[in-house]
Amino acid sequence: MNAHSLDTTLSAPASLAAPAPEARSTPPGDLAIWFFILAELLVFAVFFAAYAFARAQDVALFNAMQDHLDRNAGGINTVLLITASWCVARAVRAVCEHGRSATGAHWLAAAIACGGGFLALKCVEYAGKFAAGISLSTNTFWMFYLSLTFFHFMHVILGLVILSILWLQTRRGGYGPGHANGLESGAAYWHMVDLVWIVLFPLVYVMR
Amino acid sequence: MNTDRSFIVLLAATAATWFIGESGAAGAAAMTATLVLMLAKGRLVVLDFMGLRAVRGYWRLLLPGWLLFVAIVIALAFRLGHST
Repeated sequence: MNAHSLDTTLSAPASLAAPAPEARSTPPGDLAIWFFILAELLVFAVFFAAYAFARAQDVALFNAMQDHLDRNAGGINTVLLITASWCVARAVRAVCEHGRSATGAHWLAAAIACGGGFLALKCVEYAGKFAAGISLSTNTFWMFYLSLTFFHFMHVILGLVILSILWLQTRRGGYGPGHANGLESGAAYWHMVDLVWIVLFPLVYVMR
Repeated sequence: MNTDRSFIVLLAATAATWFIGESGAAGAAAMTATLVLMLAKGRLVVLDFMGLRAVRGYWRLLLPGWLLFVAIVIALAFRLGHST
């Protein structure tokens, strides 16, 4: 037994363990979607900063108006978006690691249902505010609340359109291990929508 | 199974954030706790849901960096509001 074969024999138990995932130099999906995500996040960062510094000019008004927000609805919506994101991550794993298109499509359908729930609950919130006579011109707080949350609302709609296309493609077996660029790109966009809400909820509904 | 563990932590952190809001807590301690929870949640989404944990180099740092930048700006603005 030469030195090489001895070394191989001694290291055999270690080779039985699952290999560590290889680090990659670029994020999953198309690189273009990541530049788009960065641009979107910069725009939202400006919105968040504008809200926070506007609040600093009139803390009493912002705290008083914040009391009229439905924090339960905001919390449930956070759970819905996080759950949707988890479902999308599971879908990507089912397709990219195991090649299970049907399972991936089921996870994507669950994500679409959660995203739809978010939109429905947000519509109920908006309807309540509009019924109370609140509009963009009511005061600075409501101007920021309506514009900031509606801007995010539009992103959720676009995210759901993307998820629906991914669901159709995945059902048809359009993705699999080694050829899931579209699925990974669409998933990254959806996670960005979730990430923005993770900042928006505490900033607008909780912090005072 | 990072994805599933992160999902559970995200739900727990969301409940904690909601509780801070319901308790009416205000001031530096509540702000810090809320921002720390926000940073922790965002980091899990970026690393485990977006899949950046397996990516080396600056791509892995960009989005957590964005989160940290936003948290610092919010903290500064809230401090400014409480000092005026």
